Amino acid sequence: MISFELTEEQRMIRDTVVAFATAEIRPAARLADETGAIPDSLIEQAWELGLVRGAIPEDYGGYGDTRSAVTGAIVAEELAFGDLSIATHVLTPRLLAFPVLEFGNNEQRIRILKDFASDKFVAGTAAFLEPRFDFDASALATAAVSDGTGYLLNGVKCCVPLAEDSANILIFATTNRDLEFGGVDGFIVPRGAPGLTISGREQNMGLKGLATFEVKLENCRVDKDSRLSGDNQFNFTRIVSQGRVAMAAMAVGVARAAYEYARDYAKERKAFGVPIATKQAIAFMLAEMATEIDATRLLAWEAAACLDHGEDALIESSQARNYAAQSALMVTDNAVQILGGHGYIREHPVELFLRNARSFAVIEGVATV
Amino acid sequence: MIDFEFEPQVRAQLKMYHAVAEGMMRPISREFDEHEHEKPWPFYEAMWSAAQNLGPGSTSESSSKSDGAVKLRNLYTCLSTEELCWGDAGLFLSIPNPGLGGAAVAAAGTPEQKERFLKRFREGKPKWGAMAITEPGCGSDSAAITTTATRDGDDYLINGTKIFCTAGEMSAEKSEGFVVVWATLDRSAGRAGIKPFVVEHHTPGMTVTRVENKLGIRASDTAMIVFDNCRVPANHLLGSAEVKPTGGFKDVMATFDATRPIVAAMAIGVGRAALDYVRDFLKDQKVPIRYGLSPRRLTTIERDFMEMEVQLKAARLLTWRAAWMLDMGMRNSLEASMAKAKAGKAVTLITQKAVELLGPIGYSRKVLVEKWMRDAKINDIFEGTQQINLMIIARRILDYSSKELN
Repeated sequence: MISFELTEEQRMIRDTVVAFATAEIRPAARLADETGAIPDSLIEQAWELGLVRGAIPEDYGGYGDTRSAVTGAIVAEELAFGDLSIATHVLTPRLLAFPVLEFGNNEQRIRILKDFASDKFVAGTAAFLEPRFDFDASALATAAVSDGTGYLLNGVKCCVPLAEDSANILIFATTNRDLEFGGVDGFIVPRGAPGLTISGREQNMGLKGLATFEVKLENCRVDKDSRLSGDNQFNFTRIVSQGRVAMAAMAVGVARAAYEYARDYAKERKAFGVPIATKQAIAFMLAEMATEIDATRLLAWEAAACLDHGEDALIESSQARNYAAQSALMVTDNAVQILGGHGYIREHPVELFLRNARSFAVIEGVATV
Repeated sequence: MIDFEFEPQVRAQLKMYHAVAEGMMRPISREFDEHEHEKPWPFYEAMWSAAQNLGPGSTSESSSKSDGAVKLRNLYTCLSTEELCWGDAGLFLSIPNPGLGGAAVAAAGTPEQKERFLKRFREGKPKWGAMAITEPGCGSDSAAITTTATRDGDDYLINGTKIFCTAGEMSAEKSEGFVVVWATLDRSAGRAGIKPFVVEHHTPGMTVTRVENKLGIRASDTAMIVFDNCRVPANHLLGSAEVKPTGGFKDVMATFDATRPIVAAMAIGVGRAALDYVRDFLKDQKVPIRYGLSPRRLTTIERDFMEMEVQLKAARLLTWRAAWMLDMGMRNSLEASMAKAKAGKAVTLITQKAVELLGPIGYSRKVLVEKWMRDAKINDIFEGTQQINLMIIARRILDYSSKELN
């Protein structure tokens, strides 16, 4: 039956995360963007919320909560409301842990998941995006060729979060390009594997608090047991969808941050003797921003609900992500506009929100639900 | 729990509405668009008897509807409205039913008035109800109406001119229906003086002077009604006669929280009609729509089409949310206005784009797409223009009164 009501647990999670994001994450956002560094203490505090550990079954040391894409989307939105870089950093281990959980065999799960069930933050990541202007997840250039007892990986990945600090990187590579999504496999590759090189830290327009890297694979050889090969057939389409839902949800968080800031500013800031929020030009912008944020969230949740029903949800997640990229850009752009000249200075956070919001149309594979 | 699925019974009901849309409405769509003031009486008779057999109070209502549909009445009305407007929005609006007039009675009337005025829609021949608010001099600014209601013995005398009254002709002069007229008891009291009055069909002093020629929804009659010392009994004033800040005007305004999602649903039906047509057309032309692909690798037609689709989806989800909130007993003015503003705008753009994508074929009156563009536009305007809805949204999100933001 159609319902827009969160469960009590989801409400609790949302309230906890938004309180943390407001009190701890947002105040750290500007410094993280300027210096590229996030305090370890903040990462540990976020880790203690159990947002990754929660979804790991008790058998592997986690809390064994029911994994839900809708709940994952709620968490992603609220963390991103604090700051996109910090949110992505905190959730990066999911990129490795969740596919291993869903598609890994028992040995792989035992080996990999324990790090992410621990008390302290341990980095783990996945390599998805490739440095081409027309990158297409269904046409990966990174290839894996079987040599009987293992695989040779070749290709270049970019925007891999925390690669430098991750003991294991999940590489998405294709064994058969003709099969598009169907030809892609996931390979757990140790950072030190011969043939794997990690570049210096990337420099981007936004997401500056997040350490991302290029990962080059030149005849990088891995054993057979590095390929995710659990009882559930590896389903790259589903992984792509989960990523797109996460992006859409995070876009809502960033957009909401910008909108609330601009709204509050407009109520205070006076021009021509009155708060600018009383002028239609500004009021109508805010009305459109609020509407688009709500619409985007519903699209993200619809795609998430499809994932929770076991569907691949490629169309729904792609729709949600594409819409979110556009709406987040509109909202953050309007937020800068509402603050006028002050919006342009690197003091109010709106210009940071705008730089971060542009990422949703171009970066993929740095978050999942 | 967040859920976007309907139960099988609801799906079955919607299939039935769709069959009506496709089998009864589409075949006569073009005819009643070309011949604006003719009436599809066989269609009206069929819809009226179906409503008698299946509608509220009918013996089969409880068995035909699932628990969900009964509990989520507003939401499921939006779903069925979407299906029927997928058929033809003008015909939908022209179906004999209580309309906004009935809604006003339900919102502002006493229990006795509700029984007295609404009973007729459950029996007998097809009837229409209408609401008359807009005047030549005021539309959006509904508190500035100049139609007066003056006490005269046991009656009121109504004087003024109303325009843009949907189903006005059918309600006032072509059936045993009624028109609910907003008139003021005291102009100096502003909003507090404005009250709704039920004027029975064929009441002397109420005359339909004009039925408009429109851009779209041509099957729906849009009337100008002149009230010239139109005498109505005092007990036709809905609710209480007391001139007070609450009641009357506010009650009727509150009906918009319920009707706005339904108007949004109307728009969505029209938008979906255009989208479905374009989708089928592109398929026939072997033009692929490749989902999941990077936007950079898509053709312009694919990008445009996907954009139309997701805009419609966004509008639909906002509409469902607004209706659901009402069904859950939550205040939904903000969400209803969001839904209406979004749907009106999105469907205007979707239907305009649909004509564009089909080139000269989209422009031709041989195909219904150009009609849907014309039908869609009204949703941006009536029941609160897009701009008024943006104003309502803005006031709510900024917590401003109408004095602070206007």
